[in-house]
Amino acid sequence: MRLYDLATARSGDKGNHANIAVLARSAQAYEFLRHYLTPQRIADYFATLSPRHVQRYEAPNLLGLNFILYDVLAGGAARSLRLDSQGKALAVALLEMEIPETTSSI
Amino acid sequence: MSTPRIRVGNGCGFWGDQPDAPILLVQHGQLDFLTLEYLAELTMSILAQQRQRDARLGYATDFLEVLERLAPVWNSQPNLRVITNAGGLSPVACAERAVEILRQQGLRKRIGVVLGDDILPRLDDLLASGHVLAHFDTGEPLQHIRNRVVTANVYLGAEPIVLALERGADLVITGRVADASLTVAPAVWAFRWSWQDYDKLAAATVAGHLIECGAQVTGGLYTDWHTVPDLWNVGYPIAEINADGTVCILKPDQSGGLVSVDTVREQLLYEVGDLSAYLTPDVVADFTSLRLRSLQPDGVEIAGVHGRPAPETYKVAITYRDGYICSGQIVVTGRDAEEKARLCADIIRQRLRRAGMEPEQYYAELLGAGDTVPGVWPRTQPCEIVLRITAWDRRRTVLERFAREFAPLVTSGPPGITGYATGRPPVREVFAYWPALLDRSAVRPEIHILET
Repeated sequence: MRLYDLATARSGDKGNHANIAVLARSAQAYEFLRHYLTPQRIADYFATLSPRHVQRYEAPNLLGLNFILYDVLAGGAARSLRLDSQGKALAVALLEMEIPETTSSI
Repeated sequence: MSTPRIRVGNGCGFWGDQPDAPILLVQHGQLDFLTLEYLAELTMSILAQQRQRDARLGYATDFLEVLERLAPVWNSQPNLRVITNAGGLSPVACAERAVEILRQQGLRKRIGVVLGDDILPRLDDLLASGHVLAHFDTGEPLQHIRNRVVTANVYLGAEPIVLALERGADLVITGRVADASLTVAPAVWAFRWSWQDYDKLAAATVAGHLIECGAQVTGGLYTDWHTVPDLWNVGYPIAEINADGTVCILKPDQSGGLVSVDTVREQLLYEVGDLSAYLTPDVVADFTSLRLRSLQPDGVEIAGVHGRPAPETYKVAITYRDGYICSGQIVVTGRDAEEKARLCADIIRQRLRRAGMEPEQYYAELLGAGDTVPGVWPRTQPCEIVLRITAWDRRRTVLERFAREFAPLVTSGPPGITGYATGRPPVREVFAYWPALLDRSAVRPEIHILET
């Protein structure tokens, strides 16, 4: 199973930081992801982008988790040397995350 | 008995959005207000360059094309009002051109121009009187890069737009304002909300945030894209705002796309931070308080938004010169494309080093092999790869030399290189972004009125 099976997602930029919103497909999936998708797990997944810090915000009313990945855009929209200088590809990349079947039971 | 309500449609999510969208939205949206949003974080620096070349420029010229096409439709919908931040760095110049266009088309309209966001002329006075304009993330004082600053604009709120509407403006042209404020203003004006009606201001802010990026809330970008019908004909969003502060997100009948709880949730969390504190100059909106309800066939109702007083500071967007950048591409095909692409990147770097022209920053991406998000995509063995190399340096000459190193690979690199038909990649000046805060008391918005 991959994260896509449990959630939708959308990503974008704020200066040199990126945000990735993860929206669970069910209340049950939200409860699981709240425990499973820790800021550390997100930081590890995007380790090659060297996030300085990952902050997570929660919106239970939307079954949503919002992750801010600090300083992952190599300078931001105008200054970055990377093609994806605005973090547009991060959401679809995160949705490919493998979720161990045994941990989710969803 | 019906509640008083207004319909605000956004026909443009950024400078470069679909040219037909504003017209289609006005034709099919039964709008009271059309908003058009043109200014991304860095658009101001592009406008500054244009104004440097021609003093009559400095605004989003696309808007004038929209206005020309809109005029005949506007004639048949005389009560429609248009609110746009197309003014960029030169709202007055933009408004003067708009007056000419409307006159040519025989439309009698009043135009309100919002000024006061551009603090560049006052920058030294502000610094001298103790406003540090420190970098929002690093705390570095602006003084360190003062001589390289190109633009400096405060994100104004809805208040000056409301003043323009009160003075009878049919068209309001602003420079930098918070995107959501383009939507908050008509609601405040139409319903005579007070600036202390925090929950209602927050509801209109949510509406504005949802529609500000155009089709992103009506099916664009949506994860389950395969469920979105007729994306080619995607309808642009309409926020139906009720006097009691409830909001419905809709799209025109007969248009493609999708408005569902899922498309709305995704866009609500687009480019935001703390979900309990979405900061604008008008109000602090709490996204964790609201409720979404599906309306058939294509709509979502939003209720229960909570708001708190706006911050004591305005956000300021500053851009400054920061060296030069150049990005070139070639296509590497055949067996071992990845190894050959890496070799090409190395060849260019070595040749630049030999010439004493190695850029300060040099970055190669193998597109097709997973480098858009390096280290995350599973690696494959593609038979073709777009090799993209980007370099940055303080010296333009270094990058001009860099730009000349792509073509020679066709004859002096490994076999199977193609796709070099677009010529030398251009060297661009970089305008970096410097976010800061400024006390509200240091800013005084002004309204100018023009008549056609």
